[in-house]
Amino acid sequence: MQFMLLFSRQGKLRLQKWYEAHPDKVKKKITRELISTILARKPKMSSFLEWKDLKIVYKRYASLYFCCAIEQQDNELLTLEVIHRYVELLDKYFGSVCELDIIFNFEKAYFMLDELMVGGEVCETSKKNVLKAIAAQDLLQEVSYGDTAYEL
Amino acid sequence: MSSIKQVINDAVEKVRQPNPIRLRDLIRQIRSAKTAAEERAVVNRECAYIRLTFREEDSVWRCRNVAKLLYIHMLGYPAHFGQMECLKLIASPRFTDKRIGYLGAMLLLDERQDVHLLITNSLKNDLNSSTQFVQGLALCTLGAIASPEMSRDLAGEVERLLKSSNAYIRKKAAVCALRIICRVPELMEMYLPATRSLLSEKNHGVLITGVTLITEMCRQSPDMLAHFKKIVPNLVRILKNLIMAGYSPEHDVQGVSDPFLQVKILKLLRILGCGDSEASETMNDILAQVATNTESSKNVGNAILYETVLSIMDIKSESGLRVLAINILGRFLLNADKNIRYVALNTLLRVVHADNSAVQRHRSTILECLKDADISIRRRAMELCFALINGNNIRTMMKELLTFLEKAEPEFKASCSSKCVLAAEKYSPNVRWHIDTLLKVVEAAGNHVPDDVVSSTIQLISETRTEQAYAVGELWRHLSIAQMEYQPMIQVATWCIGEFGDLLLSGHADVTVVESELIDIYQKILWSSQCSITTKEYALTSLMKLSARLTHEIGSIQQVVSAFGSHLNIELQQRGIEYSQLFTRHNHMRGPLLERMPPFEGTRAGTEQDKATITNGVDTPLDNESLLNDLTSPNNNAHETSESNALLDLLGGMEPGDSDTIKSTSTSISLTVASTPSVNADILDLLGGLDSGPAASVPTTNMNEAPPTQLPNSSNAAYLLDGLLNNSTPIISSPSSPVTNSAGTIPTSNSIYPLVLQKSSIPGITAYDKNGIRLDMAFELQETLITINLIASNNTGAQVTDFLFQAAVPKVPLRMRIKLSWLANGSPVQDQGEISNFPSALWQ
Repeated sequence: MQFMLLFSRQGKLRLQKWYEAHPDKVKKKITRELISTILARKPKMSSFLEWKDLKIVYKRYASLYFCCAIEQQDNELLTLEVIHRYVELLDKYFGSVCELDIIFNFEKAYFMLDELMVGGEVCETSKKNVLKAIAAQDLLQEVSYGDTAYEL
Repeated sequence: MSSIKQVINDAVEKVRQPNPIRLRDLIRQIRSAKTAAEERAVVNRECAYIRLTFREEDSVWRCRNVAKLLYIHMLGYPAHFGQMECLKLIASPRFTDKRIGYLGAMLLLDERQDVHLLITNSLKNDLNSSTQFVQGLALCTLGAIASPEMSRDLAGEVERLLKSSNAYIRKKAAVCALRIICRVPELMEMYLPATRSLLSEKNHGVLITGVTLITEMCRQSPDMLAHFKKIVPNLVRILKNLIMAGYSPEHDVQGVSDPFLQVKILKLLRILGCGDSEASETMNDILAQVATNTESSKNVGNAILYETVLSIMDIKSESGLRVLAINILGRFLLNADKNIRYVALNTLLRVVHADNSAVQRHRSTILECLKDADISIRRRAMELCFALINGNNIRTMMKELLTFLEKAEPEFKASCSSKCVLAAEKYSPNVRWHIDTLLKVVEAAGNHVPDDVVSSTIQLISETRTEQAYAVGELWRHLSIAQMEYQPMIQVATWCIGEFGDLLLSGHADVTVVESELIDIYQKILWSSQCSITTKEYALTSLMKLSARLTHEIGSIQQVVSAFGSHLNIELQQRGIEYSQLFTRHNHMRGPLLERMPPFEGTRAGTEQDKATITNGVDTPLDNESLLNDLTSPNNNAHETSESNALLDLLGGMEPGDSDTIKSTSTSISLTVASTPSVNADILDLLGGLDSGPAASVPTTNMNEAPPTQLPNSSNAAYLLDGLLNNSTPIISSPSSPVTNSAGTIPTSNSIYPLVLQKSSIPGITAYDKNGIRLDMAFELQETLITINLIASNNTGAQVTDFLFQAAVPKVPLRMRIKLSWLANGSPVQDQGEISNFPSALWQ
């Protein structure tokens, strides 16, 4: 996977994970273009589209679009499953996740993604293990503060 | 006591110096901003505050501030001043700091920044931490942003961690290693030993990352590929266990056991089996098993089937397996899920050339997909259809494709129509069907037809004598109801009616047409504002041809044509004037001039013509010109080169390497010269130059020149037919009349004067005899038309190359100024002079 973007129906970016290095300007341009392209698509159209030399896989969950860019040799249908797995994880973690959860806890969304994938490749296929790891790290976070509540 | 004091002090501190606002409060604040300006104000204020605290090296709240900065960064504001803070956070012992610090590093730093190398040291420390999650953070960050330098520095650490006893660490280290070898391929060797054990894991996380790592190694290096061939049985075993094992809640996705791992293994099998029959043999069974046992009602099963199909097609599988794969794709095509259909069409497109017969079975389903709602599916279905056309199914396929063409989007129409033409070219059952199809294509595609389709259609009709009546009848029918905005149809129709109008009127074409109807339609076309200049050029010329075919309405034709004499467009104006001449001064030759043309020779579209896809709504001044060039001289892409080739043929005996050096070869060039005794005649401007050098003058002045034509066979190499070069000399001032020069090949519709060569009673002259070069001229005179045959002989005894003959003819009395230049044995010779010894019979 080259990058993953989450954005709302109004085109506001909620999460961006890049696995390839690009200058900031380029990232912004790509994001803008892709968001407008995907938002312009009708509901009847397929979840895949060709964009430059990449394949774009996107899926809408309620008010959020999950959009991934994969290479030519990757399996699009499986990417849909990866997206779905990510949503399931968030759902388990936040309890019926909605867009607001991701907005206010964006750093946790990133942490979850980083447990599921490293460098653009899936590294854990068991939901249980991912959630266990996240829970343990959250605990570490609390512990590391000791008495004082230095939350974010 | 002291602790109470501490607490009081803290409370006082807090009141005096409020904490930075919490992350979620900031988010709330920003979201409640009603305008963009308000949001900017909030953001700027907070950024200023954050910058201040960074300067003050506040380590307590750094974490919160950086988190806020990351949120601001996601909104699109610049956040580069936070980069160093991320480094400090990473170096902090607190876990929250590290978490946010590494997140910041992944978001704000990438391998292009110089700053990122500074975290290498922290990474190294954290990779050796005793807390697995800290190690995990470091590995994750390294996997995301490693640069070649960082990779080299930390490769050793990662390799060590790959052998850790902790599965959590092992799996992350494997993906990290993957990233490292992508950045620095030379380090691949280092990781080879560790990979051996990865496949004997029970832990799925390690398995999947191990397989991914091995896949990348095999993809990058053929040696690695060979090395890993031996693990094929292991992979087969793992896959088998996955499928056969019972329900495992941990890895189950809707009834399928760990689809992610299955797909990765299938992909690796594909790479290992590609081109290797032995390996492919080993995996045949398991592939068949997966293909048949996987449930295909949900997306997840289909994802696995998709990967299986890809693998089967890429390795050396037996034919039964391949048929199975294609059948799976066929089933996909019927799936209600459009994603599956898309994927199926894509894959079928890739395999159709290899397994055409198997794919044919699903032809009807593919034809159905032409009507799908999704444009990408339609496009793929169209391409697939074209790949499936053969002699047997051409009729049904073409019918569907024509329906598709009618409703297609403009960007499809051009490519679809030229592919239809190609297909029709290859597989037509009979000529009438072919013509019908071409006509339908032109009609359906509207204005989005590439140029070659128009010329192909015209060429086809001109070639087939038997169908010309039918064709012109059909075209008349179309034309009478046609929309003026679709140029290609009008162009084809007017051309045909012009050529074969007599068939139309005589009733051979099954329609009854009255001459006045014809004229009406033409007037409509010629005066329509929607018709392009090109179309009007076609129509005007065609109308002229009709004047030789009709009996009553010649007067009105003449009226129409002369009206164009004052048209604003130069090309049309010129045609108008010159065609009018055919009614007045040259009325006698109008008939023979406008006779039906012989059939076109040359290739049709799809072989070697230029395939410029120019939509026909666009006018280019030389459109018609180039079109007809294509029709008449198929291999003529540049006047100059064909000129030079022609010249080389001409100087055949003078070529270097020719054994007969003392040959006196003769070449003859026919020049057709029109001259009239009256003063305001259009004097020809023709300079039949033989121009072989690259300095050939490109004809630009006279639009009406006929393009050079080439000999169909080269046996007559000595007798040359060359085209015309209008060397516009300064001597000539009057507008030139069109001159053509053709001897037996295709007269173009631009040409007005047919070539007539007859024995002449006028004595010939020796125009020039110096320096070993001799020019003899023979004359023919028909009324006002003089034809001069020029024979140039080389009597030097040496080789002559680059012979250039230029002539200019000033007004009466008949004289010719000539200029010659050539290379004799490499040394240039030039001469000029005047020929004034023309026989007086010529101008009397």
